[in-house]
Amino acid sequence: MEKNYSKELKITKKMKPDKEVVSLLLNYSKALKIVKIEDKVFEIIVN
Amino acid sequence: MANLQKSDALLVKDYMAGDESALAVLIKRHESKIYGFIYSKVADREISNDIFQDTFIKVIKTLKTQSYNEEGKFLPWIMRIAHNLVIDFYRKSKKMPLFRETEDFSIFSIMSDDSLTVESQIIADQVEVDIRRLVEELPLDQKEVLIMRMYQDMSFKEISETTGVSINTALGRMRYAIMNLRKIIDKHQIVLTN
Repeated sequence: MEKNYSKELKITKKMKPDKEVVSLLLNYSKALKIVKIEDKVFEIIVN
Repeated sequence: MANLQKSDALLVKDYMAGDESALAVLIKRHESKIYGFIYSKVADREISNDIFQDTFIKVIKTLKTQSYNEEGKFLPWIMRIAHNLVIDFYRKSKKMPLFRETEDFSIFSIMSDDSLTVESQIIADQVEVDIRRLVEELPLDQKEVLIMRMYQDMSFKEISETTGVSINTALGRMRYAIMNLRKIIDKHQIVLTN
């Protein structure tokens, strides 16, 4: 019987961050307002 | 749907103009590349999540302050931020003292538990009971001063005011109380140790 020397095809799953992390970032972005007054920058988190 | 076909540059422009959905598309488009890059450096899912999060917080802040210049290098820019955060992570973790258990070194040689063992606690309780009994043997005036001083933590001034004697008398009674306790201990050959 012939030997099969070919490598097994590895199914590599793409690595992704947790859904919670992405969701947090999107919510953070929606809540964040940045206001520039003269040379000062104010970060406001809107609930 | 239209967002999915837009270039990074356009999405960044939209996001800077206030379109929040553009960020979701940008994250979705690049998350595996960025996360994979971070994971390849730190090999820990939790830490990778933290660094990924910090990377995008920086991105969001920079874009919202309108201080990002779009030159068609959005992904390399984020990768650079992630790279710097990975370096920061290693810098911080390097400062933490690291002890490894070896044949010559045991972590327990530098760690100690000062609390009493069950046995020591039983002995301490017994000694306490024995001393209480001995105090009961003292003359009333000496017992009174000793209890106020040792158990109620009163000053000799307070003791003299409470008992109506001078401070010197209170001091004298305390001295006699201790001497008498020693005598009783010697006489009965009582061992008080902990």
